[in-house]
Amino acid sequence: MTIISLTGIHKWFGDSVHALRGIDLDVAAGEVVVIIGPSGSGKSTVLRCMNMLEKPTTGSVFFDGMTLTDKGTDINFARTEMGMVFQSFNLFPHLSVGQNITLAQRKVRGRSKAEARSMTERQLARVGIPEKIDAYPRQLSGGQQQRVAIARSLAMEPKVMLFDEPTSALDPEMIKEVLDVMLHLASEGMTMVVVTHEMGFARAAADRVVFVDEGMIVEQGDPDEVFDNPKNDRTRDFFDKIL
Amino acid sequence: MVSTEHERWGMITPAPPEERDDLDPWWDRFPWWAVMLGSIIVLFGYYTFFVESYNDAWHFIKPGIQVTVRITLWAFLISMIIGLIVGFGRVSRNPILRNLSRTYVEFIRGVPTLPMLFFIAFVIVPTVAPWFGLTNKDITKEWRGIAGLALVYGGYIAEVVRGGIQSVEHGQMEAGRSLGLSYGLTMRSVVLPQAIRNVLPPLANDFIAMLKDSSLLSLLAINEITQLSKLYVNTSFRPRETYVVLTFTYIVMVVALSLVLHRFERWMSRDKVGAR
Repeated sequence: MTIISLTGIHKWFGDSVHALRGIDLDVAAGEVVVIIGPSGSGKSTVLRCMNMLEKPTTGSVFFDGMTLTDKGTDINFARTEMGMVFQSFNLFPHLSVGQNITLAQRKVRGRSKAEARSMTERQLARVGIPEKIDAYPRQLSGGQQQRVAIARSLAMEPKVMLFDEPTSALDPEMIKEVLDVMLHLASEGMTMVVVTHEMGFARAAADRVVFVDEGMIVEQGDPDEVFDNPKNDRTRDFFDKIL
Repeated sequence: MVSTEHERWGMITPAPPEERDDLDPWWDRFPWWAVMLGSIIVLFGYYTFFVESYNDAWHFIKPGIQVTVRITLWAFLISMIIGLIVGFGRVSRNPILRNLSRTYVEFIRGVPTLPMLFFIAFVIVPTVAPWFGLTNKDITKEWRGIAGLALVYGGYIAEVVRGGIQSVEHGQMEAGRSLGLSYGLTMRSVVLPQAIRNVLPPLANDFIAMLKDSSLLSLLAINEITQLSKLYVNTSFRPRETYVVLTFTYIVMVVALSLVLHRFERWMSRDKVGAR
């Protein structure tokens, strides 16, 4: 069953930058899709179109029975069903870890204090740092901050998780702890769309790898297939450079 | 057997500052400026209170202090309200609000403060007063002056408010929105609490600048301390005594206000967990 569908997406930034040039992409429920590609290829823009942080210039975004590109759609509701994790974590620095995770549960999901608190504790345990509930973001390492950001999204019980280069801002020794959390999520059957440069993660977790270049999907398929036997010249060229 | 962390790693605790040679000597770090400023204040204070010719000037000027303070407080309160409204207008997604706010700010900033005060007191106020069923005479000189300062500083504070909001990274808004919080809710729960901390130091500056600029209202013949000083000089022919006393009065007020605002700032930025 398809849960996210992008059809005919074009994105222009201003009049000169044609970032996406006709993207069609379906994501099935339970699927883990990894988007790779050179920097500036538009892969993050594809992801950001899925929850409308970037409005497509033309084309449609469907999510879980809603057409997000329709003006009448309640985008705030749609976003509660679609968690997003950012490269730069974007934790709220003036709030404790617990408050970071509780805020949207209370104000959007309308959960009681006790409900929200127990959900917060559960999600922090899930990402492996239950003891940090009263800490402030700046007291945590980058890896811990990113895990809190993941817990913050999970606490909304989303149907899909979007990851925008979640390990790119991390020191090398912290990348694994974040990837481990993501691998665990994938194994639990979470629908995930991940933009990343971590090819090891892509091989281990992805059901499908999508290679984006110059705003188009150049090649996609089973990760082993794409990595070991790329059919497109540009894909091959990309792997030659990074592997 | 090693007992402490320090011994285990072969560390030593730092020597007291006076025994360390990697620090600048104490006389290099000592705040001489504070001693000198304090001495000037004490000296001027001595003249003001204990030398008769100066003390006469002080008694003439003293009633103006409450006028200066009253003007500053009212003008700051009103300019904060204007500044908040216009500042939010500057970052609003509504193009009408955005353009109106921008017009206001650019107009205020396009004219020096003193001509602007005249313009407000003698053009804006008489024009606007009838809209509220008031005649020109219903509005005292003092309130014209307050209106002038408030409108001028409202424009400056609007820019401070805008800067404070824009200094919060865009990622904060995106993170809030991607959790399903509306624009307004993200503004209130995420962006504004962070903006307030960024805004406090420049706001304090504007408050102090406003206290000093209240002296410009002497040119509207409002009996604040500068105006009273001029009047006293005109009748006593004692400019030296009068202006020493006036300078003393201002610096005491400014230093006191800075200290209060500094404490307030620290209190507002206090953290449950140490420094940032």
